[in-house]
Amino acid sequence: MTDVILSVAGITKTFPGVRALADVSFDVRAGEVHALMGENGAGKSTLMKVLAGLYKPDAGTITLRDEPVTITSPLVAREKGILLIHQELSLSPELSVAENIYLGAWPTNALGMLNKRKLRADAKAALDALGCDFGPDVRVGTLSIARQQMVEIARAQAFNADVVIFDEPTASLTDGERRQLFATIARLKSAGVGIVYISHKMDEIFEITDRITVLRDGQVQGTRITADTDLAGITRMMIGRDLASYFHRAREDFRDEVLRVEGLTHASLFSGVDLSVRAGEVLGLYGLVGAGRSELVETIFGLRHADAGRLIWKGQEIPFPTPRQAVDLGMALVPESRKEQGLVLGMGGRENVTLPHLAMFSSAGVMDRGREREVFDTYRDILDIKTTGPEQPVEKLSGGNQQKFVLAKWLCAAPSLIILDEPTRGIDVGSKSAIHELIAKLAEDGLAVIVISSEMPEVLGVSHRILTMTEGRISGSFTGDGMTEQALIDAVSQPANRAVQEDIA
Amino acid sequence: MTIDWQQALRRHGLIAAFGLFLAAVAVGAEGFLTLGNILDVLRQVSITGTIALGVTFVVVTGRLDLSVGSMLTLLTVIVVDQHNAVGPFGAIALTLLAGLGIGAVNGVLVGLFRLNALIVTLAMLSLLQGVTLWYSGGSNVNVAGAGETWFAVFGRGSLLGVPVPVLIFLGGAVVASFFLKRTTFGRAVHAVGGNETASRFSGIATARTVAAAYVVSGLATAIAAIIMGSRVMGAQNTIGQGYELTVLAGIILGGTSLMGGSGSIWRTVIGITMLGFIQNGLLLLGFEYYVQWLVSWVVIIAAVWLDLAAKRGRVLA
Ligand SMILES: Nc1ncnc2c1ncn2[C@@H]1O[C@H](COP(=O)(O)OP(=O)(O)OP(=O)(O)O)[C@@H](O)[C@H]1O
Ligand SMILES: [Mg+2]
Repeated sequence: MTDVILSVAGITKTFPGVRALADVSFDVRAGEVHALMGENGAGKSTLMKVLAGLYKPDAGTITLRDEPVTITSPLVAREKGILLIHQELSLSPELSVAENIYLGAWPTNALGMLNKRKLRADAKAALDALGCDFGPDVRVGTLSIARQQMVEIARAQAFNADVVIFDEPTASLTDGERRQLFATIARLKSAGVGIVYISHKMDEIFEITDRITVLRDGQVQGTRITADTDLAGITRMMIGRDLASYFHRAREDFRDEVLRVEGLTHASLFSGVDLSVRAGEVLGLYGLVGAGRSELVETIFGLRHADAGRLIWKGQEIPFPTPRQAVDLGMALVPESRKEQGLVLGMGGRENVTLPHLAMFSSAGVMDRGREREVFDTYRDILDIKTTGPEQPVEKLSGGNQQKFVLAKWLCAAPSLIILDEPTRGIDVGSKSAIHELIAKLAEDGLAVIVISSEMPEVLGVSHRILTMTEGRISGSFTGDGMTEQALIDAVSQPANRAVQEDIA
Repeated sequence: MTIDWQQALRRHGLIAAFGLFLAAVAVGAEGFLTLGNILDVLRQVSITGTIALGVTFVVVTGRLDLSVGSMLTLLTVIVVDQHNAVGPFGAIALTLLAGLGIGAVNGVLVGLFRLNALIVTLAMLSLLQGVTLWYSGGSNVNVAGAGETWFAVFGRGSLLGVPVPVLIFLGGAVVASFFLKRTTFGRAVHAVGGNETASRFSGIATARTVAAAYVVSGLATAIAAIIMGSRVMGAQNTIGQGYELTVLAGIILGGTSLMGGSGSIWRTVIGITMLGFIQNGLLLLGFEYYVQWLVSWVVIIAAVWLDLAAKRGRVLA
């Protein structure tokens, strides 16, 4: 076919103890959005890192516009026209937008000095072509995640990339930002760019992609035309079986109130927040990214100081705890960012899982490695974590498998309250369903659960009751039939003070 | 593949270079590989080594302790001077307390107040120089009646032919290794060095962990000062000068990363011992004393570079 821009054949990549890619072949056509799907650890990111010059394959060939190429570094990849947009953005926050776009390839004048004017003008042209609402001189550190992503995409424009790879680009975007990203992708597409798109969000896949290639354990399971397949079909290819259901709501069996906060206020982040959750109840906290939900639960957990408010734990008012006291009381917080807040990346799974509970897994201050091993094994099996062993540093794991270790470290000590901040970010459909099932089971076993999620179907699917949060205030409370998509959308898009009065709980 | 080569170099390169060096010195200098000289090197190394055991805790938290050089001076002056005033028991007790106290001050400033470790310990380095001069009035101190005190055992004694300071160093290494590897404290030290934010989110008392690491460093330096005072039976105001860098060089040479989160006591023991043999070898080969410093410096740079190279190498596996 003539419109194939990029094709790879027979790519194999082995890490110590893991065959991440086995004889992988696939191709990308000009002007298509090609989804790459697969379970956590299937090898998607590895394949893309091979294309972007970050990993050297053990075997296989890469052909770009009918010419075989060897990609030895990200700079080479960019020169050849392949650009990878990482999930963890890789910009220099102190530099300007223009400097970032041309990082490593700044235009110079005859004397070898930086040609600032050309740099600015070229960057501006690239930004304009994408319809960006910010200029080339802004310092990147001041931009939102979505705009930083735009800067990365502007690189594609500036370097005339033939192939642009997105690795889970929407994980931290608000809905509006996601729309904008899709518009940008459409623009690149109509300019004839070939796009590879990795995501675990099924609705996106069916909305914007043309073809889907599924990887499983490093092998290609097949390629389908998106329009000719459906969710069930792709899921079956990914996990090798049918998925009975995607969401699980716990049986309603509410017991005593575990946590209540009243008038919780943090000067600049949120104010006057009241909420309570009972044992056996799953409370959903829905809002747009930036509404203050994470800050709220971090304050409850003692990671931030509250300016005002009361905290009632199991019927008794207590002073705001330190994180240590919170853990000892029986609170658990699965934070939103696994790499920064969730894991010590250089440590193995065993040490990460027991980190919040050192006293529990030791006697007289000496760690009990046998018991650590046991709990590691238990949760590796429950959560189906792909790892070569308890000592393998978690930085070597795929994103989704890392997330499962964050869950494991908080589940293993049987807390009374578990707060889950975006618990399934970056997790594949199969495991997602398994985690939702687990959440339901925990609640049925008598845990109080708070779930923060920006994914509407997830909050609607698992919660008994939903609070919406807008600009630092609780803007609505919904139960039973009142929990509808439209209700949530209305609640988060209205000014906070008005919505409070329309509380329809 | 260039990468395997890099990793092999990091893992075995320094040891191989060291082996070559030992062989060269053994050929070039008489008396290098005699038992007497080897024990002498081990005894010399026991002071830097004992300090390094403590500083390793600080380095694993991802921080530095540059104050140990003048801390060693001050504590040696204290132990010698107090020996004359209150006798060996009291002198030892006071020295240990002083070491713990100085470590605690560093710990509070760096851990609790979150001040920059480099600045705090560098300031402490010069502050303690001042305190030493004030305490000693600028003159050297000596143990009176050095011939008859049992205090001599720490620096000069030996057991079954092995010098006591070497026993203290290696015994200390066993204890320190146990703490760093097996205890909840050691785990917290590793976690804080690996990812401080995640440690905080896990309920680890990060500030207290860092502070405690500095206290351990102070304690180790106090023990080293007792060995030093006992060995020299006196103290000058510059006796510990430069020790902070030798200690750091040994730790890095052993392969403990300055970025924190990884490292072990045994690496430190190996690094410090290697450094001792290098310096001793250079002296025996007839190089001037200052060449030692040049070589220490080159070794530090090389080790830091290899550390970084390995980190970068990780990206391109
Ligand atoms: N640098 C590395 N060293 C060792 N193993 C690695 C490394 N990078 C990835 N792996 C392993 O290769 C496999 C594939 O990982 P990869 O990150 O490609 O998965 P993925 O499909 O992107 O998963 P996810 O959906 O969770 O992001 C995993 O088993 C992972 O542990
Ligand atoms: Mg991935």
